[in-house]
Amino acid sequence: MAIVGQGISIALGGHPALTGVDAELRRGEVLGIIGPNGAGKTTLLRVIAGLLTPDDGHVLYDGVTARQLGRHALARRIAFLAQDGAAAWSLSVEALVGLGRLPHRKPFGGASEADHATVAKAMALCHVATFAGRTLGTLSGGERRRVMLARALAVEADYLLADEPLAGLDPGHQLDTLQLLRTVAAGGTAIAVVLHDLTLAARFCDRLLLIHRGTRAAEGEPAIVLDDDRLAEAFGVTALRGSHESVRFILPWRTTTPSRSDP
Amino acid sequence: MRSRTGVEIRPALLLPVLGLAMLAMSGASLAVGYAQLPLGRALADAVSGQVSLPALVLLELRLPRAMLGALVGFSLGMAGAAMQGLMRNPLAEPGVVGISSAAALGAVAAFYSGLSATVALALPLGGIAGALLATLVLFILLGRGASTTTLILAGVALNSFAGAATALALNLAPNPYAALEIVFWLMGSLADRSMSHVWLVLPLMLSGWLLMASTAPALDALSLGEETAASLGFDLTWLRARLIGGAVLAVGSAVAVTGAIGFVGLVVPHLLRPLVGHRPGRLLVASGLGGAILVLVADLGVRLAPIRPELKLGVVTALIGAPFLFALVQRLRREAL
Repeated sequence: MAIVGQGISIALGGHPALTGVDAELRRGEVLGIIGPNGAGKTTLLRVIAGLLTPDDGHVLYDGVTARQLGRHALARRIAFLAQDGAAAWSLSVEALVGLGRLPHRKPFGGASEADHATVAKAMALCHVATFAGRTLGTLSGGERRRVMLARALAVEADYLLADEPLAGLDPGHQLDTLQLLRTVAAGGTAIAVVLHDLTLAARFCDRLLLIHRGTRAAEGEPAIVLDDDRLAEAFGVTALRGSHESVRFILPWRTTTPSRSDP
Repeated sequence: MRSRTGVEIRPALLLPVLGLAMLAMSGASLAVGYAQLPLGRALADAVSGQVSLPALVLLELRLPRAMLGALVGFSLGMAGAAMQGLMRNPLAEPGVVGISSAAALGAVAAFYSGLSATVALALPLGGIAGALLATLVLFILLGRGASTTTLILAGVALNSFAGAATALALNLAPNPYAALEIVFWLMGSLADRSMSHVWLVLPLMLSGWLLMASTAPALDALSLGEETAASLGFDLTWLRARLIGGAVLAVGSAVAVTGAIGFVGLVVPHLLRPLVGHRPGRLLVASGLGGAILVLVADLGVRLAPIRPELKLGVVTALIGAPFLFALVQRLRREAL
């Protein structure tokens, strides 16, 4: 079972954002979506989430389209973690995480015991249970990101789409978060995660999808996707490579061009 | 652990308490007035169907005033909470998309054209017509996929236009008395309304309340932003349509029968928000009850205050509400630091 996007093209505000992009999310796998700023990674994630309708191409969710599936069924199947982690009102952390259960509510129904248990589990997984009663305004940026991740996990969806979940996290919590995503994937969830840190992307993702100038530049195993030519072409960098604890790693080291100001 | 949402009261407790307070205020509104009313006898006569002066005062004067106070207050409070939830802004109020001023303009047009002197209920009907016209404009925008920001801007335009047209009517008023009458009506009042006003607005308000109440989970989800709300399965265009449709039905008919009663929709949601754990969905009904209580209390104040001619209700609610707004601004400034 999988989400399969084929030939996705979409223009935003008259400018082409994606052109003929294929993408596939498989259960039990972590797919890293990488690419330079403005490449179209977030747009691709939104299209896969069903939040944007492509001008051309299509996305199939376990073989059916978003329209056939319906908005509510789609919301139960896909959890979307947006880039900005703000909340409009001073809701408690527990109430915010509880919003992830909304797709499972019956009209005019309240939260069930099972909902509370799921929320508690998601908060514990993301290490935010200790501030369940506090509001986002009293938390640090990294703590807020973890609350929002807990909110997305509370959906208990088959697919988790996360847009830069590591932004603002300290190294310990970055590793924690990726390890957590791996654990969630091992439970059978398909995960697509937009990452900027190529070292972490290469280490924690099963496959990488490199988006460059709105097209799919490469897709496959990290070591294959992140070869020297592509690193130079897409990111304008060279990288150190090595191996530690029998895991290969890659470390962006130097820019290939003196100035990266021109696109 | 210290928590800022610690004053939250369970809905199972909060709503009955607010409901009882509203009933008590409605009872007080029935009991208080300019004429001494033997309430026991009036009630007995009214129930037994005997025509007597006390029964007439109760049924024809006090009852519609109390009912309209509760209905109008509930509409303003709930619509205020709904608009604040939709705009994700504590400074939004029911009139933010132009409904109130359009309804006021409609009523002024009925005044100005002389219809109100010849046709019964021309004023409220004109008000409702004005609100519906404004809705038409908003729904055309929504049909073209307008964002919430577009709706606010359209509201600014509608407010300015309706305000200017109302000023024009005053400017061109045939005589100073007509102008004065319009100005007084605009200040809002529950005096001299009848049961026919109640029956006119009741179905409109009820449908408006239901529409707004149906958006509660969507408003909760909207706390996380429009994109996340959409990912949780909520259709934002349909949400905006229900909220604006509901607010028009409730507030448009409120303004149409009582004139403009300001600040209720702004202040009440803000006061009650901590008690519902800052959840915009839960705030809807609580805010409606709170709005009803505030309008009933203000109207009692109007009648009990030894000031004649009677103060206008809109003046009193604004006099009470403005200091609260100052306090709100102060608090928001502190939170921003």
